[in-house]
Amino acid sequence: MLKGKNALITGASRGIGRAIALELAKNGVNLVINYAGNEAKAQSVVEEVEQLGVKAFKVQADVANETEVKAMIKEAINEFGSLDILVNNAGITKDNLLMRMKEEEFDQVINTNLKGAFICTKAVTRQMMKQKAGRIINVASIVGVSGNPGQANYVAAKAGVIGLTKSTAKELASRNILVNAVAPGFIATDMTDVMTEEQRERTLAMIPLAALGKPEDVARVVRFLASEDANYITGQTIHIDGGMVM
Amino acid sequence: MADVFDRVKTIIIDRLDVEESKITMEASFKDDLEADSLDVVELVMELEDEFDLEIADEEAENINTVGDAVNYINSKQ
Repeated sequence: MLKGKNALITGASRGIGRAIALELAKNGVNLVINYAGNEAKAQSVVEEVEQLGVKAFKVQADVANETEVKAMIKEAINEFGSLDILVNNAGITKDNLLMRMKEEEFDQVINTNLKGAFICTKAVTRQMMKQKAGRIINVASIVGVSGNPGQANYVAAKAGVIGLTKSTAKELASRNILVNAVAPGFIATDMTDVMTEEQRERTLAMIPLAALGKPEDVARVVRFLASEDANYITGQTIHIDGGMVM
Repeated sequence: MADVFDRVKTIIIDRLDVEESKITMEASFKDDLEADSLDVVELVMELEDEFDLEIADEEAENINTVGDAVNYINSKQ
């Protein structure tokens, strides 16, 4: 059903982005693997998805830089001829207590996690409007719904992404561009590896399903939202968090 | 001049599905041709493709009538 579609995933060299790339590739989707810094990891994702029989290439771009993003989208369209799916996944953390958080720590996280999603969305919209079809899937976070101490910047950005999702969904629905978000809870990635044992235990106690999620748990929902099975869903944020926030 | 107007007219008919007679230089996209704001954005995109132009957002915001579009295109050619 997704076979032959073309997708761009930001921040796809590792973690959830990489899992989304593999999941979409298994379903026949050609991929642009965007990455910020880790070329070797991005290249290995390209090779892995190529082995699944799809076309793929990597592009380095800072999602918060409009010039770089525009060039990347142009390259994607030149290469594949269309762009059916955008996954705004690129994200960073700079955790600190509000009282200690520096302005630049706040700005950096907002720039990559929120402004980056805006810039990429704006850049693909032209193509998707022409196609009269498109799917945009934003990777938000459950803490954007619930809040989290020590992450004022990250939470503000992710809550912003949820708002961006809803506004974009309303603006573009008439052109058959569907925009949804996923809100992962605690997923086992590099981002959660930095938690202390104590933090981990406290976190598990908050999760009804009593386990961290896997990147694949998120990837499968993204695949669903990208597919025709989700034709009547737009503007939604789907929690993938083991029941942590209801 | 007529050439640009005719090409713009063809795009408008195709995009907005309006009668040819309604498309005058004075016609406002939103008030006379029943375009919503997203329609106008799409029209501008198509004009960019048709005339091989890049219309900056600030300039696009000033394109309200058919005449605005025709005059803008003429000024760039």
